[in-house]
Amino acid sequence: MKIHIPTPLRSYTGGQPSVSVPGATVGDALQQLTGAYPDLRQQLYTGEGKLRSFVNIYLNDDDIRYLPAKEATATADSDELTIIPSIAGGC
Amino acid sequence: MLKLSYADYQALRAHGEQTYPHECCGVLLGNAAPDGNQVRRIVRAGNTRSDRAHDRYNIAPEELIRIQREARGLGLDIVGFYHSHPDCPAQWSKTDFDEAHWVGCSYIITRVDKASATVTNSFLLTGTGEEDKQFVDEPLEIEV
Repeated sequence: MKIHIPTPLRSYTGGQPSVSVPGATVGDALQQLTGAYPDLRQQLYTGEGKLRSFVNIYLNDDDIRYLPAKEATATADSDELTIIPSIAGGC
Repeated sequence: MLKLSYADYQALRAHGEQTYPHECCGVLLGNAAPDGNQVRRIVRAGNTRSDRAHDRYNIAPEELIRIQREARGLGLDIVGFYHSHPDCPAQWSKTDFDEAHWVGCSYIITRVDKASATVTNSFLLTGTGEEDKQFVDEPLEIEV
């Protein structure tokens, strides 16, 4: 499946805007991604292995945090994962 | 250096005037170059912080994904964001810094006083990640 990498994380994927990985579940695919690009892991996960609060990961149009099976959700080759850090602020 | 057209510069400032006294927000689409980000298009976004829109903004991730898809179709990337500071300086705040996670991207801030845009500044988020990120002043080059 294809994983879309946001601009701030492309320095960890050799500049690639998307990476194709095998994976039967969302978690498998993310493990394949961080296995191939180990420095990406600490950008996505805390030291305790939890997804950082500002990192959103969408399976097609769905936030994986709100999927019933979360990272255990089954995936097909035609699915797409998008990593999208949050954008917020204010004066 | 952040380059953008005069039309886009005016449009993002006008957005802040229209949403006053609330903060506006949007996305800068373009290309990264060795000498800085080049904006090719700006896209308005909705501010989901209806609870305190006068001093906070947030762009829904679903909207960001839609904008990113649109950018890909145009051969562009997300190179930055803009928002307004109603009756506040055109400087990044602690909240702006804490919530900034797009290293390498430009953050444009426009001060809006009494529904009139005044100062517009840009700040580049530098570093390699959360641990060493920094905002640095970024000159704006307005292309007429």
